[in-house]
Amino acid sequence: MRWIQLTCLLLTFIISGTAWAENKRLVIGISQYPGSLHPAYDSMMAKSYILGMTRRPISVYDANWEDVCLLCTELPDFDKGTAKYVVTESGKEGIAVTYSLDPKAVWGDGTPITTRDVMFTWEVGANPESGIDNFEFYRRIEKIEVIDDKTFTLVMNRRSCDYQGIPGFTLLPSHVDRPYSDDPREYQNRTLYEKDPTNPALWYGPYRVSNVQNGQSITLVRNERWWGKKPWFDEIEIRAIENTAALTANLLSGDIDMIAGESGLTTDQALAFERRHGDDFQFIYKQGLVYEHIDLMLENPILADVRVRRALLQGIDRDAISQQLFAGKQPVAHGSVNPLDSVYNPDAPRYDFDPEAASRLLEEAGWTLASDGVRRNAEGEKLQLELMTTAGNKTRELVEQVLQSQWKKIGVDVRIRNEPARVFFGETVSKRKFTGMAMFAWFSSPKHIPLTTLKSDQIPNEENNWAGQNYTGYAKPEMDQLIEDMDLKCEADQNQAAWDRMQELYATDLPVLPLYYRANPYILPKDLKGLVPTGHQYPSTLWVENWHRAP
Amino acid sequence: MAAFLARRLAQSGLILFIVIFLTYWLMGLMPGDPIDLMVQSNPDLTPADAARLKALYGLDQPIITRFWNWLTQALQGDFGYSRLFGQPVWEVLWPRLVNTLILMLPVVLLSIVIAVPLGLLAARKAYGWFDYTVNLASFAGISVPPFWFAILMIIGFAVTLNWLPASAAPPGDAGLMDHLRHLILPVATLTILNVGTYLRFMRAASLQTLRQDYVRTALAKGVSETRLLTHHVLRNALLPLVTIIALSFGSLFSGTLIIETIFAWPGMGKTIYDSVLGNDYNLAMVGFLLATATTLLGNILADLCYGLLDPRIELEEVKLGG
Repeated sequence: MRWIQLTCLLLTFIISGTAWAENKRLVIGISQYPGSLHPAYDSMMAKSYILGMTRRPISVYDANWEDVCLLCTELPDFDKGTAKYVVTESGKEGIAVTYSLDPKAVWGDGTPITTRDVMFTWEVGANPESGIDNFEFYRRIEKIEVIDDKTFTLVMNRRSCDYQGIPGFTLLPSHVDRPYSDDPREYQNRTLYEKDPTNPALWYGPYRVSNVQNGQSITLVRNERWWGKKPWFDEIEIRAIENTAALTANLLSGDIDMIAGESGLTTDQALAFERRHGDDFQFIYKQGLVYEHIDLMLENPILADVRVRRALLQGIDRDAISQQLFAGKQPVAHGSVNPLDSVYNPDAPRYDFDPEAASRLLEEAGWTLASDGVRRNAEGEKLQLELMTTAGNKTRELVEQVLQSQWKKIGVDVRIRNEPARVFFGETVSKRKFTGMAMFAWFSSPKHIPLTTLKSDQIPNEENNWAGQNYTGYAKPEMDQLIEDMDLKCEADQNQAAWDRMQELYATDLPVLPLYYRANPYILPKDLKGLVPTGHQYPSTLWVENWHRAP
Repeated sequence: MAAFLARRLAQSGLILFIVIFLTYWLMGLMPGDPIDLMVQSNPDLTPADAARLKALYGLDQPIITRFWNWLTQALQGDFGYSRLFGQPVWEVLWPRLVNTLILMLPVVLLSIVIAVPLGLLAARKAYGWFDYTVNLASFAGISVPPFWFAILMIIGFAVTLNWLPASAAPPGDAGLMDHLRHLILPVATLTILNVGTYLRFMRAASLQTLRQDYVRTALAKGVSETRLLTHHVLRNALLPLVTIIALSFGSLFSGTLIIETIFAWPGMGKTIYDSVLGNDYNLAMVGFLLATATTLLGNILADLCYGLLDPRIELEEVKLGG
């Protein structure tokens, strides 16, 4: 009898093992289809997600939010002499950083990845006519000194503490794409990434693109020339299904195996799905760098008073919002720097829910409660503010209603006026036409210096053609200096001191009401292992070779 | 006939120009542009980058200048590149046009095949149980929200019964049968949503025809039921249906946004929608050009069909009348 049981157990093990062994194809559902697969154009998360499996940036932030080499052998370091301050040929105080590419690194057709590709990438990137997204990064590179086939030194024309990582430097294959770059204006249209995206010579990750069904799906197969750990899956298909109800239906019907956290459902949608189908999948909620907040128009006389701004923050129960609407998966934000970021200052002031303190602050500011429940000042003007956000974003609309009702309890009359995202961002926010409060999110990267959002010369106006993102109109010399220090004072203590003070000032002056950090919900098959979400703009697919199925 | 056609084509050309100009102008009125939206999602994009990209894509030019540039190039056969896809406009649109035809052609054909006999029979058996059932089904098809119905179909046939795939797009290496299997749900969904309109028109036209003296005379002469419906009623009742089919001719080429989105089928509807939102003028203009031109062409064909179906209608009269 015992041997029968043992045989059954062995058979079960063999059958299930065979099933896993056979199922080496993974179909991932995402809610966006990338317009182009060229790494330097039209940055969007869906594209980063796919390129994470087919390319390897020189350096990125890892899941611990630390700079790491992916294509380089080690990060530049002052002690090792691979980073040093220099005066550039144009006489600017700059920095020279030396990188060595992985000696085994080759393109998908076997051609070694060399400094020729580095030079070609720079040529394309530094040409304003080529239309590369982050041209400003390339413009900072004054010179590239080629040391040998694998080693090069970037001479940057500006000193900056983020010298270690160059994630924006996205290598292009000189040996196949150079002929298309003769006319920089036409390069974007003629590049092989558009004309022949399945060409193996374009890819250098664990996978390469093998099939593109435009607008539908992209299929990846193992890159035979990949020099790193062999990936477990033979084939990965990324299928774009923009409608999230259809996306979950596809998951339930087995048409897709998982929904990517980086470009899939919102947290509330995932929570609702988990309530119904929690036993069938594994769910991971990774809090990230998407920072939901309310920009305050500081030119509004009501909001110009910092006591009113603090009262507004103390009058809302963000913990309850996080718990009730997001089951605690989207934690309360107390500032613009995420607690997972190494530069986070835990001692910066924070404002917990305290409606009584909020009422006291409003009284101090001259707003007294009238019989109709709305506060008025000495002139009899109502404490009335307008709150705006993107129409159709159900989560934000729900949060808006909660905030409105909580502010009503402390005597603040908040009127909601929402607009389509196109109008809201394209006109109202970017041209500072909101009169009171504007709720939206900022995407950032670890150690992201808030230069464009808090520096006084970044306030959009007609004279500067509405450039900059300091929509609140916040202007403080100390903050300007701190931002410069964060960028230029690279000694660890001095740098952290600047970050600490910046966060204190941000929390004290409150030009913005912090709400919560969004989370990325991953819905995965129960047997998928090795996927580690990052929470920032460098997707989990950059480590796809660690993904596998296991019982 | 030739004069009629020439006149109709000239009129259509004028309408086409007006529609294209208005579309371009309306797109230009929309606040913001894709670069503004890109700034929100890319922390590394500086204001200088944004200004440079706007200049590069001509988004900083006045709308009239942009329209004139586009028109002069288009008249020379150069429709340019899609900004969203980085490919020549025709290379983006052609596969989507084929996809739309693959989806819409069976839908229109099935709708006609179902609507014509059912409409005729419902009229013949007006106010009986059959008529009421057909009417109820028609109204349900017309009234049900396409989004909700499509999801319901997916949940029913893909999730619960697991008979059919949930999306219209098969894997890259799929064969013909697999392609057809993936198309069943979207085609069925669209047909059910579409057939009601055709059916209502067919029933109303048949009902009117059945009241005509010549039908009564034919019945008095002992004409069989089948012959009465197919020879005397059908041809006369087809006129309103031809109008509806002509009007929906444009949808053969312009697609259906909601169904394409839910079934992840990259057709013209979704492409035009994305191109408008993404300020991809080159792509949107050609998409609209196609949709408008085919609708106008459908109307001309309908005029010709009127003459064929009812010899009493002369094309010159159509012109005077219409």
